[in-house]
Amino acid sequence: MVEWTDFERATIADIFSKMEYEVIGPAALSRCLVVYPWTQRYFGNFGNLYNAAAIIGNPMVAKHGTTILHGLDRAVKNMDNIKSEYAELSVLHSEKLHVDPDNFKLLSDCLTIVISAKLGKEFNGEVQAAFQKFLAVVVNSLGRQYH
Amino acid sequence: MSLTAKDKDVVKALWAKISKSADAIGAEALSRMLSVYPQTKTYFSHWPDLSPGSASVKAHGKRVMGGVALGVSKIDDLTNGLLDLSEQHAFQLRVDPANFKILSHCILVVIATMFAKEFTPEAHVALDKFLVALSLALAEKYR
Repeated sequence: MVEWTDFERATIADIFSKMEYEVIGPAALSRCLVVYPWTQRYFGNFGNLYNAAAIIGNPMVAKHGTTILHGLDRAVKNMDNIKSEYAELSVLHSEKLHVDPDNFKLLSDCLTIVISAKLGKEFNGEVQAAFQKFLAVVVNSLGRQYH
Repeated sequence: MSLTAKDKDVVKALWAKISKSADAIGAEALSRMLSVYPQTKTYFSHWPDLSPGSASVKAHGKRVMGGVALGVSKIDDLTNGLLDLSEQHAFQLRVDPANFKILSHCILVVIATMFAKEFTPEAHVALDKFLVALSLALAEKYR
């Protein structure tokens, strides 16, 4: 069981209560596809991913980025049971989508950087630590059911 | 994943914009590293004060960014350009190279907080590649 401090719970709740899903989601996913181009392997049917401009302007990438970010909502709502919350999604990513779990870390790093750009100074060391811990737990849960 | 000519141009252009704040970036990145990744504190047990904004952290952040600046100036041959620093890290400091990745990530986060507009996805990929190459050059003499 993951132990969360009051500060960590409050920080995560705060960040997500103000989250602009349709801005941050697309920004995080498109950044991941640009910075770690091998992640494009999972999006063969997304059309034009030929260069950074194409990726950033791609509507399928934008839509999927929003979807992924909303996927974090269940963890925000149930921080004490993240592992069981994502059991099904983990199986899906393993058995159907065949995503290498290392990629979850790459995307979470990009999300951290997009959020830090948005929040600026407010995203101080303690906030960063809480946010990265939260993402690390989610990432771990998503990789849990791989076999 | 070696640096293309375009990567080098992008890194140099970004560095031109952010280098005035290098000391602040270094201090902030180091502070974050120590609090987000507490295992890194093990390398600084000899400092009197490990808190963010302490004199030791500020001075060391400045020194680290001096190394980054050196890397930018030697971007066409990082391995040779960073030979002395590599020897220092290999034989005296003996920092586990996994930590280079951790500090690089913190540097990127700090640049994102301070220079959101300039830190576009293209700038991000070029700088990430550069820091990876820098870390490799730093680890060159380890074994």
